Amino acid sequence: MEIINFTPYSALLGGALIGLSAAVLLLFKGRIAGISGIAGGVILPEKGDIPWRILFLVGLVVGGVLYQLFGISPGVESIQPVTGKVGLILAGLLVGIGSALGTGCTSGHGICGLARRSFRSLVATLIFMLTAMITVFIVRHLVGGA
Amino acid sequence: MNIKSLLVALISGTLFGLGLSVAQMIDPAKVVNFLDVTGQWDPSLAFVMAGALAVNIVATPLILKRNKPVCDTLFRTPLKEQIDRRLILGAALFGVGWGIAGYCPGPMITAVSFVNSDILIVLTAYVIGTLLTRLWMRKRESHLSEQERQAQSCIE
Repeated sequence: MEIINFTPYSALLGGALIGLSAAVLLLFKGRIAGISGIAGGVILPEKGDIPWRILFLVGLVVGGVLYQLFGISPGVESIQPVTGKVGLILAGLLVGIGSALGTGCTSGHGICGLARRSFRSLVATLIFMLTAMITVFIVRHLVGGA
Repeated sequence: MNIKSLLVALISGTLFGLGLSVAQMIDPAKVVNFLDVTGQWDPSLAFVMAGALAVNIVATPLILKRNKPVCDTLFRTPLKEQIDRRLILGAALFGVGWGIAGYCPGPMITAVSFVNSDILIVLTAYVIGTLLTRLWMRKRESHLSEQERQAQSCIE
């Protein structure tokens, strides 16, 4: 194994901002900052609590815009996909199906759930980390031959 | 629905999007390099989770000690505790999708700020996947009472 492009400080700082975001939402609104749950409630609304969800999602994009406007470093200039169009469609479908069925994604289970010491979230996090690593191994090293 | 709680949602979302960007988690190559443990490995994603967890592992229990949130009537944290087939299958499928393209929902939505047609493709597929699955789950649960449904529902 070879370690590349490791950015520990910006990773910790970004992580702390995400943690702060989740704490703000829980303290003021009593909600878990799970992105798939918040988005899912807009994609197929359950009850009449859609406006705050939309504003949260708008905030996600605003955060990305602010980052680019202020040229915060280390910068991400552009985003290059790591797979082709078919891969993107398949990946998007699986992420949507999986996070709806498993009631959470990296944020809901991996951050908020673990912070609440939820056993369900611990199991979910271990499973998706494992299947994601196996997928990358297959795509990059078995199929791709990298 | 009051203005204050809408403002809170906007601020929280903005902090989240900013955090994902600062940590460069909006770059799918960086995410896939974290998942590539047998190749060229970039441990950054683990540090993002550690940073977020460090804040929340302290803040969450303190916040939940309150009777209610500042701008709302109750805390809505997931009630379900048992491990079921849906959780296992869902997490497994999610991981495969995440591994293929390096996009989970947060970075996917934040990356819209880069105005890039590839992101629209993955995002559209994500919306369709979510919609179909939630429709299916709603149909399966349509015979349950409101109380049972609340116990079933999880991350909101």
